[in-house]
Amino acid sequence: MSENETKRELLLPGDKIEEEGLKPGKGTFKKDGNIYAAKLGVKTVRKGYVNVAAQSGRYEPSEGDRVIGTVTDIDSSYWTVDVNAPSPAILHVNDVPWRVDYGDTASYINVGDALLVKITDVDEQNKMQITIDDEGLRKLDVGQIIEIPPSQVPRVIGRGGSMISMLKKYTGCKIFVGQNGRIWIDGELEGQSIAVKAIKMIEENAQALGLTEAIEGFLKEKTGKDFDE
Amino acid sequence: MASDKDMKLIEDGTRLDGRDFDELRDISIKAGVLKRADGSAYLEWGKNKIMAAVYGPREMHPRHAQETTKAVVRARYNMAAFSVPDRKRPGPDRRSIEISKLVSEALEKVVFTEKYPRSVIDVFVEVLQASAGTRCGGLTAASVALADAGIPMSDLVASCASGKIEGQVVLDLGKNEDNYGQADVPVGYIPRTGEICLLQMDGNLTEEEYEEAMDMTIDACKEIYEIQKEALKEKYSTELEEANLDEVIKEA
Repeated sequence: MSENETKRELLLPGDKIEEEGLKPGKGTFKKDGNIYAAKLGVKTVRKGYVNVAAQSGRYEPSEGDRVIGTVTDIDSSYWTVDVNAPSPAILHVNDVPWRVDYGDTASYINVGDALLVKITDVDEQNKMQITIDDEGLRKLDVGQIIEIPPSQVPRVIGRGGSMISMLKKYTGCKIFVGQNGRIWIDGELEGQSIAVKAIKMIEENAQALGLTEAIEGFLKEKTGKDFDE
Repeated sequence: MASDKDMKLIEDGTRLDGRDFDELRDISIKAGVLKRADGSAYLEWGKNKIMAAVYGPREMHPRHAQETTKAVVRARYNMAAFSVPDRKRPGPDRRSIEISKLVSEALEKVVFTEKYPRSVIDVFVEVLQASAGTRCGGLTAASVALADAGIPMSDLVASCASGKIEGQVVLDLGKNEDNYGQADVPVGYIPRTGEICLLQMDGNLTEEEYEEAMDMTIDACKEIYEIQKEALKEKYSTELEEANLDEVIKEA
């Protein structure tokens, strides 16, 4: 997400993008042969497409995303899950790893439960299908969930997962970052609180250069660990 | 508008507040002032003080108001009880319902609503202090708040009014000019395409006067457009700059 580290051009809605021979990608629109930014964001070029990477805004679901949701409603054959998107997602009994009898949904997953799910389909009505029947997906029974703006998820993960693996290494916590900006953290309480503080720091300074080094310094100081030696 | 000559509005060729006929009041906008909202903006325009906040796109309630093919832009214009000299009775009234509707419709023109079917984008415009031209100020602030909320849209909306006082066409009526003037024409303008998304007229203008007023307003809207863009750039460019991380670490 963050190539173009050196050249970050801020675009506003309606700004014309001067790019020859590129196709309009995410966050852009085409009118009268010109490409314009549709959102406030930073221009990125990838595989022949110009995109505007949003700097703010809500989570936009896309197929294959792994997200953290909370159950808001139960029906006889499905659960309604809030995944922080414009509309709620549907988790059908066929998409869970257990055999659930009709009307017996509440004994497996209940309202208020947190789930780690994958989005399997988003239709043109923005209705989502999700599954919990896949590797690594499950109900989250322990730990805590915090929220960050979805636009900053790539920062918390870091380039090639560098940031998140560093957080895990120093704090000794299990951490999962959902694409929808929800982060699940579990482990020793002290480690959890350091991880939360570090993530808040990343959130507040998301665009700073040299952020990874700064966070590493913070983690070293707080945990007293040093993996460099 | 009924009482024409209650007050002298032009003396020695200048207006009461010393402005030229085609001069705006001072405008300043700050983007992203509220942490809880998805996007927000605070605007000061002369003595007007207006706050705008945006939530969404989110699920539309009540559900019967959902549109199956697009999102609904639902603006709510509200004046604080303390926004005017005599206390304003709180709650929606004829005037604020009208302004809510026209701000919704003006913003709907620029938002890509078809991207979010069945959803709603809530826009709240709160007038903290009013001194003529709050609907234009509200619309101007609301469009900055929408951009701050990361809502996809084709352009910002800039808005401004012009009118007639003592037979003279002037830009951006002040409070007394609005109360004792002869006409008031608020305009919402989409600078990229040159489209008009809000146009009202209170009072009477001849065709020539109308043309003059429109030319003046559109020029002013372009000026306001730059102020809006500046406000957004100010917020997000500083975020893009290198932050002083040492201080941040010490604080933590």
